[in-house]
Amino acid sequence: MLLEQKTVLVKEMLIKTIFAGFGGQGVLSMGLNLSQAAMSEGKHVTYLPSYGAEVRGGTANCTVAISDEEIASPVASSPDFVVAMNQPSLVRFQNQIQSGGLLFINSSITEPVVSRGDIEVIEVPASDIAEELKSPKSANMVMMGAFSKKTNLVLLSTLIEVLKNTFKTKKMLIDINKKALTAGYDLF
Amino acid sequence: MKKVYRRPKSLKRAAFHYCPGCGHSIVHRLLTEVFDEMNIQDKVIGIPPPGCSVFAYHYLDIDMAESAHGRGAAVATGLKRAYPDALVFTYQGDGDLAAIGTAETIHAANRGERITSIFINNAVYGMTGGQMAPTTLSNMKTTTTPYGRDTRLEGYPVRMSEMVALVKGAVYIERTAVNSPANIKKTKKAIRKAFQAQIDDLGYSLVEILSPCPTNWKMNPLESWQWVENEMTKEFPLGLIKDATRTKDSTGKRDAD
Amino acid sequence: MYGNAAIGEAAIRAGCQCYFGYPITPQNELTEYMATNLSRRKGCSFVQAESEVSAINMVYGASLAGVRTMTSSSSPGISLKQEGISYLAACELPAVIVNISRGGPGLGSISAAQSDYFQSTRGGGHGDYRTIVLAPSSVQELADLTHRAFDLADRYRIPVIILGDGMLGQMMEPLEFKYDAPSELPVRSDALRGAKGRPSRIVKTFTSRPTELEELNWSLFRRYRLIEKEETTYEIYLVEDAELVVVAFGAAARIAKGAIRNARANGLKVGMFRPITLWPFPYEKISELTQTTKHFLVFEMNMGQMIEDVKLAVEGKREISFYGRPGGVIPTPSEVLRVITRLYYQKGLKTEK
Ligand SMILES: Cc1ncc(C[n+]2csc(CCOP(=O)(O)OP(=O)(O)O)c2C)c(N)n1
Ligand code: SF4
Repeated sequence: MLLEQKTVLVKEMLIKTIFAGFGGQGVLSMGLNLSQAAMSEGKHVTYLPSYGAEVRGGTANCTVAISDEEIASPVASSPDFVVAMNQPSLVRFQNQIQSGGLLFINSSITEPVVSRGDIEVIEVPASDIAEELKSPKSANMVMMGAFSKKTNLVLLSTLIEVLKNTFKTKKMLIDINKKALTAGYDLF
Repeated sequence: MKKVYRRPKSLKRAAFHYCPGCGHSIVHRLLTEVFDEMNIQDKVIGIPPPGCSVFAYHYLDIDMAESAHGRGAAVATGLKRAYPDALVFTYQGDGDLAAIGTAETIHAANRGERITSIFINNAVYGMTGGQMAPTTLSNMKTTTTPYGRDTRLEGYPVRMSEMVALVKGAVYIERTAVNSPANIKKTKKAIRKAFQAQIDDLGYSLVEILSPCPTNWKMNPLESWQWVENEMTKEFPLGLIKDATRTKDSTGKRDAD
Repeated sequence: MYGNAAIGEAAIRAGCQCYFGYPITPQNELTEYMATNLSRRKGCSFVQAESEVSAINMVYGASLAGVRTMTSSSSPGISLKQEGISYLAACELPAVIVNISRGGPGLGSISAAQSDYFQSTRGGGHGDYRTIVLAPSSVQELADLTHRAFDLADRYRIPVIILGDGMLGQMMEPLEFKYDAPSELPVRSDALRGAKGRPSRIVKTFTSRPTELEELNWSLFRRYRLIEKEETTYEIYLVEDAELVVVAFGAAARIAKGAIRNARANGLKVGMFRPITLWPFPYEKISELTQTTKHFLVFEMNMGQMIEDVKLAVEGKREISFYGRPGGVIPTPSEVLRVITRLYYQKGLKTEK
């Protein structure tokens, strides 16, 4: 038993992502979507939302950890990926990203001033694209599409499956969100 | 050019952490204006509660000390008894003052403690995420009354001010709101009178302020202001509830009621 | 499903009939889950009390009536419940009390901490009594141990505390429920339901004769000895050849486990011991480990509370070190790995060849 456990120790894949933005931007549902998608692809997953006084003043964030093994801590002090849907989130999280990590910015409403050279910045005009699709609320899904393309963490098709489950009875919403996801995915 | 708007001296230079449209920020400002105008900044001591306003000391430039949930009136009693020269006030939410702290509040009032309570009624537990408060309206949906407040099971909105008015030690009680310029002005006047009652050593004073919580009501600030006007005031009518300050002398011997 | 919701669902499936709570972060989702899902079940009741003092006394009442009942809160609220828990213990009434704890003392912080270890394991309120304390370390375990808590409470007529924390309560993990809700809700045979067709019953602890109370204390402690014998539970992880064993519970244990995995990959012979029942504490098993292990590292999210029990178990036979982060700071696995590695070499422990 001992030896078996030792052999799996070596190849540990652990990816942590923080989604952050204003309360109404659907950042928590982005995290949930990713978690459920990763779960249905057979990964270990934890999802941890911000709570309490941290959400006063109208901001929210959540952390998703995905791994092939048991996850020790759902907290990300240095995430691999950060998705910043607004300016305050960009300011707050850009310095925490791991060197070599990816920073996704909702460039429609955010000034992409990034002071670090060791991370890759991906500007996604998510709100503008959602506006064009005539559903401003699905900016989060546009971002999600771009996120899945760039990170390869989960398949686009899995994300769409998850959507179908989330909005079981609301076919309209499935279509809108699917469109948004695909639009984001096709950006890159 | 004449300056018509400036930061009160008693208000710290800090950006409020409250949600946009929240009544706490307005009441904080009113308090500091009153402190300035009455020139009592160096005499007042505030007791903020666990609740959204737990960080009131970030903004009010006066001595403040946090109390345990609901125990504000007891803490204020101890402080005032130990140091009667201070002007002591509690700043409490509806969960704090009207649920867990009902006993402390009623008995402090009944003893006629020379303290003032600023009572923010926003019909929900704000800090903990919008659960039912004692003041939640009938049928109103909150996170712990997901099917609407059922008065058969959860009781009725508590009119705390009217209850406290029944005890003799309470000398001044008024209900106001901060949802319009006119009401904000009235609120400030009420706060002033409440502190005056304390300065005059008359007894317990309470100002209940109907205050919007757009976040937990799931409204925008404008809608929440209107909701105070159209719904809340039906259950909690604005106006003076008790004023025994004129008929009661400072020894408290002559009773008004 | 969120950890907090997992507890709620598990409680319902365990036949919990009455829940009484009062809002406090970071356990609100549990109260809200019960408001949504228990309140409308047949024969069940949900009350948002006016304080934690009231909530625990409502639990006392429901337990008198013989039904499975629960309350939940977080550290400051649990402090207020202590008087009620003492009465439950004295009257030998089963109840489940969930503490999704946070940083203290005082109002503290709402972030996860383990600073209520003493409060939970030493009784907490006044008088000579114990409560069973279960410490889950994953969302799955929150659900499983909630179910077990109800069974233990009934079997031993004792209040059972589930000591979680803000991290476990707030996080979401894959989860499987192993039980369905019972179609019939259990009622204890010793319930107070009116003296119809039987002599009347009294539930009390007060007596003017100290010897009578002494007898109660003796009988409680006889039962406690039995619980110690039957119910002590723990998890061991890679301890067989370990030179260094990390002792940790709850959230700290899962963090430690991550660190240990990496330490092993670096050739350090490190294992973990995780008490699942904090009371009864697995003294014996730790004592056994002193024969094979050179050094213990106690890791807690507090200033060192469980370490006192570890010391009692080790009885000075081995050296014990401590690492802790109080106040609601959640340490990272790599931070713990650094601590392990430093200690390992300082103590000259043998590495993998
Ligand atoms: C003993 C105890 N129980 C519960 C809490 C959690 N808690 C913090 S603030 C609060 C009440 C918030 O509601 P309210 O008093 O209405 O103030 P608001 O946030 O709406 O301004 C509660 C229950 C606590 N701090 N202490
Ligand atoms: S939650 Fe409500 S009471 Fe609290 S700061 Fe926001 S608006 Fe104000």
